[in-house]
Amino acid sequence: MSADSLRDRFERGLSSPICLTWELTYACNLACTHCLSSSGRRDPRELSTSEAKSLIDEIAAMQIFYINIGGGEPMIRRDFFELIEHAVAQRVGVKFSTNGTRIDEAAARRLAGIDYLDAQISIDGVDAATSDRVRGAGSYDQARRAMDNLKAADFGPFKISVVMTRESVEQLDRFEELAAHYGAELRLTRLRPSGRGADVWEALHPTLAQNRSLYQWLLERPNVLTGDSFFHLSALGSPLEGLNLCGAGRVVCLIDPVGEVYACPFVIHEEFRAGNVRDGGFGSVWTTSELFGSLREPGSPGACSSCGSYDACRGGCMAAKFFTGLEMGDPDPECVFGHGEAALAAKKVSIRPTPSPDHSRRIPVAVRSR
Amino acid sequence: MRDEAFGALAYHHGNRRLVFLKSRELVILVRSLDAYENVDEAIASTLPQALRDQYVKALSSLASSEIIHER
Repeated sequence: MSADSLRDRFERGLSSPICLTWELTYACNLACTHCLSSSGRRDPRELSTSEAKSLIDEIAAMQIFYINIGGGEPMIRRDFFELIEHAVAQRVGVKFSTNGTRIDEAAARRLAGIDYLDAQISIDGVDAATSDRVRGAGSYDQARRAMDNLKAADFGPFKISVVMTRESVEQLDRFEELAAHYGAELRLTRLRPSGRGADVWEALHPTLAQNRSLYQWLLERPNVLTGDSFFHLSALGSPLEGLNLCGAGRVVCLIDPVGEVYACPFVIHEEFRAGNVRDGGFGSVWTTSELFGSLREPGSPGACSSCGSYDACRGGCMAAKFFTGLEMGDPDPECVFGHGEAALAAKKVSIRPTPSPDHSRRIPVAVRSR
Repeated sequence: MRDEAFGALAYHHGNRRLVFLKSRELVILVRSLDAYENVDEAIASTLPQALRDQYVKALSSLASSEIIHER
């Protein structure tokens, strides 16, 4: 009955995920520099409304407790409300991430009327200047307008979701004040070198010193949500709130807009593709995928075996290693003891995998004539 | 509540809390609560008496997460 043996059980996989992330669409009206899914253009092979509803039925039958809906911008899909209402009607909880641009007064009122629904509005800075550098001009004001509308519609405690960058991590206390102003919850997640995040990770990931401060700040605030994002920081001492393990293919996974199943939201890459829900449903991918089977085998601590903190951080994030060109047995690139930086420096030739599906908008080339 | 190899997982849609039931015995006990007058009767009928205190503790922890509640 010890906590450790329970964590071991989780690492061997569950009969169904606790929750899963479902990116509803690759279409997005913003072009954030760190987008995990390289979103922008809609994929024409996107799951249809009836396919999406069948998937929700299967999720309900598998007793998956809730789904994290994202994108792209999920509210761009015309059937967005139809799908989330279909989910909550079957007691599948919905947490959805949005840039807020589509939450006008009417949408806020409709959202407020739905049970088992959590809304997460993303910003990447506590002021327009900081946030817009990542998310694009005008995006911060639109997100604040969405928050105003949710508050006016009496939605209840929505979430303000922030990726921790070298800049935003310096604004933690002000984010806390902003959340308090709205009666909202604060949700902080880790910047990962996934999708377009690979292009900005080096410049934007928090420094060692910032990560240490972040750990202390989180330790003092167990109510700040993190989605188990920062378990690599637990090597600094007492574990942070959460399961503190890599849940990829074990307790979570990702379904992308065209039905591909990946091990987690941060590894949209051929190497971590487990199957497609269009080939026999999600359940068979979850239970029979060879990739998931191998992720559920006991892992080797690799280069971390001599580190006394391996039990606390378990070597960190698989996606962060993969997209920075490290091996699975290497330390996390943001290892709190600096072993990751050393491992990166030791790579003579750094070959970084390119994210496989890229739906970034192609920027039209301006043709100028003299 | 969903069965798992180690016991079960329970999720409360109201307070969004995920709770682990870390043994099969606890799962059987929780599922049987409805059929008995009170917790003592349920424990007496489903578990060895030596385990009583341990499972009273487990049940009170489930009650504090609002997974079970007083009738």
